[in-house]
Amino acid sequence: MGGYTPATPDDQAEMLAAIGVASIEELFEQIPPEVRLDRPLELDPGLSESEVFDQLEYLASQNISTDRVSSFLGAGMYDHYVPAIVDAITSRSEFLTPYTPYQPEVSQGGLQVMFEFQTAMSELTGLPVANAGLYEGPSAAASAAYLAMGATGRSELVVSRGLHPHSRETLATHAAGFGASIIEVGLEDGLTDPDQLLTAVSEQTAAVFLQNPNFLGAVEDITALGEAVKAAGALLVVAVDPMTLGILRPPGECGADIAYGEGQPLGNRLDFGGPSFGFFCAAERFIRKMPGRIAGETTDLDGRRGFVLTLQTREQHIRREKATSNICTAQALNALAAMVHLAWLGKRGFIELGELLVRRTAFARERLRGIDGLELLHDAPVVREFAVRSNRYPVADLLARAGSDLHPGEPGIQVYPLGRDYPEYEDAFLVAITEKRSPIEIEGLAEDLELSLEDLASTRDSGSPSRNGGSR
Amino acid sequence: MKGAATETPQQADRAVTIFEKSVPGRRAAQLPAAGVEEDTPIAELIPGHLLRETPAELPEVSEPEIVRHYNRISRRNFDLDTGFYPLGSCTMKYNPRVNERVASLPGFAALHPGTSADDAQGALEVMFLLQSSLSEICGLPHVSLQPSAGSQGELTGLLLARAYHADQGRNPGKVLTPDTAHGTNPASVTMAGYEVVKVATDSEGGVDLEDLRSKIDDDVACLMLTNPNTLGVFDRNITEIARLAHECGALLYYDGANLNAVMGQTRPGDMGFDIVHVNLHKSFSQPHGGGGPGAGPIAVSDRVEPYLPRPQVVFEVTEGGLLKFDLDFDRPRSIGRVRGFQGNFGVFVRSLAYILSLGGDGLAEASRLAVLNANYLKKRLSEGRAGRYLPVAFDRHCMHEFVLSGAAMKRELGLRTTDLAKRLLDFGFHPPTVYFPLLVEEALMVEPVETEPKEQLDGFAEAIERILEEAESDPEIARQAPYSTPVRRLDEVAATRKPVIRQQR
Repeated sequence: MGGYTPATPDDQAEMLAAIGVASIEELFEQIPPEVRLDRPLELDPGLSESEVFDQLEYLASQNISTDRVSSFLGAGMYDHYVPAIVDAITSRSEFLTPYTPYQPEVSQGGLQVMFEFQTAMSELTGLPVANAGLYEGPSAAASAAYLAMGATGRSELVVSRGLHPHSRETLATHAAGFGASIIEVGLEDGLTDPDQLLTAVSEQTAAVFLQNPNFLGAVEDITALGEAVKAAGALLVVAVDPMTLGILRPPGECGADIAYGEGQPLGNRLDFGGPSFGFFCAAERFIRKMPGRIAGETTDLDGRRGFVLTLQTREQHIRREKATSNICTAQALNALAAMVHLAWLGKRGFIELGELLVRRTAFARERLRGIDGLELLHDAPVVREFAVRSNRYPVADLLARAGSDLHPGEPGIQVYPLGRDYPEYEDAFLVAITEKRSPIEIEGLAEDLELSLEDLASTRDSGSPSRNGGSR
Repeated sequence: MKGAATETPQQADRAVTIFEKSVPGRRAAQLPAAGVEEDTPIAELIPGHLLRETPAELPEVSEPEIVRHYNRISRRNFDLDTGFYPLGSCTMKYNPRVNERVASLPGFAALHPGTSADDAQGALEVMFLLQSSLSEICGLPHVSLQPSAGSQGELTGLLLARAYHADQGRNPGKVLTPDTAHGTNPASVTMAGYEVVKVATDSEGGVDLEDLRSKIDDDVACLMLTNPNTLGVFDRNITEIARLAHECGALLYYDGANLNAVMGQTRPGDMGFDIVHVNLHKSFSQPHGGGGPGAGPIAVSDRVEPYLPRPQVVFEVTEGGLLKFDLDFDRPRSIGRVRGFQGNFGVFVRSLAYILSLGGDGLAEASRLAVLNANYLKKRLSEGRAGRYLPVAFDRHCMHEFVLSGAAMKRELGLRTTDLAKRLLDFGFHPPTVYFPLLVEEALMVEPVETEPKEQLDGFAEAIERILEEAESDPEIARQAPYSTPVRRLDEVAATRKPVIRQQR
């Protein structure tokens, strides 16, 4: 403890004398005795730095992380390579340790990063107005709903079943607060069913939520789906994976009023789900209704260019109960990581990375569809993730390499079982590709699946009971 | 110091964005080759009408240029690692570097959130240990780590209150917040679909009990308080307030922004609170990152537990007596998720490292020293010119922060609080929080925290004394400040009138 607090006994005595009290306890006398804690906290005694490190290193070693296995897990967060300069820049204390830039004269670095980040996200999504970041993807969906309800005066949300399950669940949680009702539109051959969408959208609809690529990895025709939304006077809200926007038509060009998404693929580590950031972009007319922080350009007393937090009258610290959101953090450091990553990729590299994802994903999809016992869940176009059905054995058995003595003690195959979130696809899983998954690793995945299928077949043939891990 | 005519070196370094540094054809990234069929046009893999036609105008710059750009603009930031940051209500304590080291261990940093529980036992144990620690610190039996920040914790807490009341067959419509509340409190109340009703502050700086009695009835879902409050004052009537709230069926919500003052001294649960949010980035030393990330776990009482967000970390004891951790999604009365995946896990690792480093006694000592530092600095600022022009708003022993009023300074010297704040920048200090809480005229809210040495506090008090002395003879100096910073005072009105919020093409 001593290491973080400088006050020596002499310092303390001097300070107490100056205050005019005999002990620190006297300062706490304002806490009524009936609520004073009259015992020490029941926590272990403090440890040395090396002990803390050892304990946490041990816990870290208990995890099967993507540095130890070839992981094809995606489903909203992706194992991209984070360039070395991202860590070098985000670990600088000037970016790491300040608070929100409430004093702009000494926060120009952070404010400029926000301004650059807003520019980059606006370029990616094709929408003119971007904020400086939200907590993460799914809660950004709730911010979009709130904006749409305020802008249209309506309270019905139409949500595609292709939207990330966490986003749908988060929307439902928040909707209970702001009084929205939700209508879900199903999928047909991997894509949002246009007929169901047409039936669901009405003059009560505040917004329609689509995701592109959707949770099954399929690329939606946003422009076509959006026509019905526009006709009904509702807002079109599109969730996007930023890493696909070098390839896919940006939501702003497809008629979206709002685009949001999970920013993790840009420069952020997996971190078991956070911290990362959410981004939020909108059409010009919503500039004064945006959630979260926004940096703007201005000049100082001497005419020099500078940046400030702007349009703050939207924000909770000025407008309080009339604010457009309660959000009080912009995930600024995570947005910086994204900006550095995007600058590193650059205009050309961003497209090349997108093309690489498309090609390797096409390769992986072809390889897996050729395996006896597997088939594709849908034939829709994909960029970086696709859904595969196991038509012979339960997914859990397949992934755990049921009964396998081929790889004793090793973790199972790392893909995302769809049955966790979609009972109707209990027999399917998602395979995600990044630039870190080489063609050799993709071949390895295919071989692992083949071996697992063979192993299951021989176990069945020999009459041994299959492990019943299939239902969940 | 008053040298408006000469530019500082930092001012000579004008702001240029990375987009403006772009030169066609330059690049930094070297990507791997796809290594598979590369001749097929993309349009044969994805229909052409779904493809992007115009590329995103990202910068075209080399790696050394990127590194130089961001290192350069980083120097235009004030940061906690180089200067005193007494920002009231924000708890800017030192961030131990071992926390960064452990959070960067690949077993945590490279762990996918969709990994099965079997393959993430260490991560789930981190979450479980942090939950147990926060439960003990808050004096409440159940914890959810899910909310991403204090404000999301508030909203979560209010949605819990809504679900709790609905289960009782009730639908009260109001939430009471004191007029000293953080701005997020009323904003969260509105987001949760409740009406905000303000409660007045009494002459002691606590909740005005008469006003509370007149406003509390069975249409109140929740009373949101922080204790100590944003005046740095501990509300002595807390037991009575809790009784009044519970008597009419309301829940009591604790805004944990000020928890750093009371760790190991008193616990929200013992004061009668039902729901608490904890700003891990304040009391538990996660660096603030220029505005995030943070995390806002909530601790709750038994009666609120069934409604906690899904999933919850749980454990079972295996036959060999070992703990096996899992994520429990089967929570039928849960309000659901408030965000994706498992929360800001990287923040959890840092907070657990901090708690392990300090231990129970160390946390209590941190609070003791935070309160000692605050009272010492308050004492220093009650002497001399500060005492005359900047009296303490509610002068009694404070907790970890205190609020000065610049009303006399404005009246007698013509200086506003913001002028004092800007002049402090020239002395190398980050200013305290200005104009909050709203209740105090020309408020200046100071929080020195436990990790600052006495000399730093003395230096800060002396700087304020010097600024006030200077203003007695020439207030214009402070009114035109700052002079030494990368830019001088910025025109915020112009920025709002005609917003330029992105680089123009």
